[in-house]
Formats: sequence, structure tokens, C-alpha cells
Amino acid sequence: MISIPTAHALFLAGILFLLGLVGVMVRRNIIFILLGLEIMLNASGLAFIAAGFHWGRPDGQIMFLFILAMAAAEVSVGLALVLHLYHRIHTLDADQADRMRG
Amino acid sequence: MNVLFYVAAAVAVICTFMVITNVNPVHALLYLIVSLLSVALIFFLLGAPFAAALEVIVYAGAIMVLFVFVVMMLNPEAHTIQSRKQLLRPRMWFGPAVLAAILLGELIYVLTTGSVSFPVNAGVGPHALSRALFGPYVLGVELASILLLAGLVGAYHLARPETPTAAEGDDR
Repeated sequence: MISIPTAHALFLAGILFLLGLVGVMVRRNIIFILLGLEIMLNASGLAFIAAGFHWGRPDGQIMFLFILAMAAAEVSVGLALVLHLYHRIHTLDADQADRMRG
Repeated sequence: MNVLFYVAAAVAVICTFMVITNVNPVHALLYLIVSLLSVALIFFLLGAPFAAALEVIVYAGAIMVLFVFVVMMLNPEAHTIQSRKQLLRPRMWFGPAVLAAILLGELIYVLTTGSVSFPVNAGVGPHALSRALFGPYVLGVELASILLLAGLVGAYHLARPETPTAAEGDDR
């Protein structure tokens, strides 16, 4: 009844990953860089789910759970760093933070 | 059923493209939430209903709320009233609303055709998932909990108010 080709799901994951990578490399706003990282993590989770669907095994979903936990930890620390950076240099431009002090 | 997958995939790609090309962070967050919802629908079609629920709850719920909090905290005070007026204009929320309406149409289609239980038969349900998660992968669960604890402590350490004595200690 349901017959999604695994290659198409992996293709979609690749497109989303590339879009996230382009977002990370092109945008200079640090919030958008973090959003691009989230898109890339989500796309990799989609690839794992597609692989787990292909073989009918739960391992793909388990890897997605680990990616989810890692993304939650990463985004909390990342956003705390963003707040810290904004209080120091008063801008969200990542290029302005090119000098380390202390 | 394949049509549902391709429509959801198109919505996801369009939303993600709008995320990386948008200027306003709040609009980008709205587009990203719609993108995550469509990816959750794709998870459901790929026989992973538990992962789809977690995608909505954790990604679109918790992580995006964190982003919204930070964007609201960093918003300069002078632009607040102006941006609130802009938010009421139709062209600001028209794009995400149309894409979310497409997803709602897919949901209504799935519910009315009565084929809502097909992925559970085709895929791996929560029971088999939790058996594998707390069986061979229990070490990974412990490591994930340690990682979340480290994230909690790190975020608290970075985001606490900076007192002069603490700043001395930070600079090293």
C-alpha cells in the first residue's frame, strides 16, 4: 500500500542537508547559522529514519533519538553562547567576533 | 500514498529554502516550524510514528521555542512596536499559512480515507523501538543523559549574569 522509494527519501535528506549547509556558509547572522545547523541535523535524522524504514529495523529511529538529544544540548549551549556574544559585542554578525579577548 | 510523501517533501524544501533566504529571524523561525512539521509527516509515512511525534514535540515545540525566546530577548526595544504592527500585515504570515494549510489538507485526507493505521503495520512501532532502546542501546541512553546534563550545566554557566568577580574568573 505504501511504497516510498528509499532513494527518494535519501534524496530529500540530501537536499535539506545541502540547504542547511548553504545557510551556514552564506548567512552571517549567528542565529541563522544555528538554524542551518538545526536543518542539517534534522536532515541527517531523516536519512537515518529512511534507512531504518528500508530494512524494517528500529535502529534508525534510535539514532534519530540520539540526534534529537544531541540537538537539544547543542542548541541550549549555542543559544547561551549567542546571548553571551551579544552582550559582549552588541551585534549578531559573526564576522564582528573575529578577535578573541582574554 | 506516494503523493502525500512528495507533497510533504516539496513543502519541506520550499520552507527550508525560505528559512535560509529570509531576513527576519521570526519569519525564518515560522518557516522552519512548518518545515519540521512536514518532515514529521514524512517520518509518519516512513513508518516511524514515534519519531514523528518526537519531531513535533521536541524540535518544533521545545527547540524552536528556545530560538523564539532568544530572538525576542535580543530584539532592540525601539523596533518592538513597529515589528508588532508589521506582524499583522497579511503578507507576513501568508507564506507559512499556505504551506501549513497544505499539510492540514494532507492530514484531513489521511483521516477521512481511514488509512491512518497503515504506517504502524509497515514500520516499527514504539514497542519494538523501546525494546531495542533499553536493550542493546542502553549505554547510548546513559551517554545521552550525560550529554544533556553537560548541556544544562554549560548553558547555566554561560548565561548567568556576569558579576565582576565572575568575569575575573572567566577571563583566566
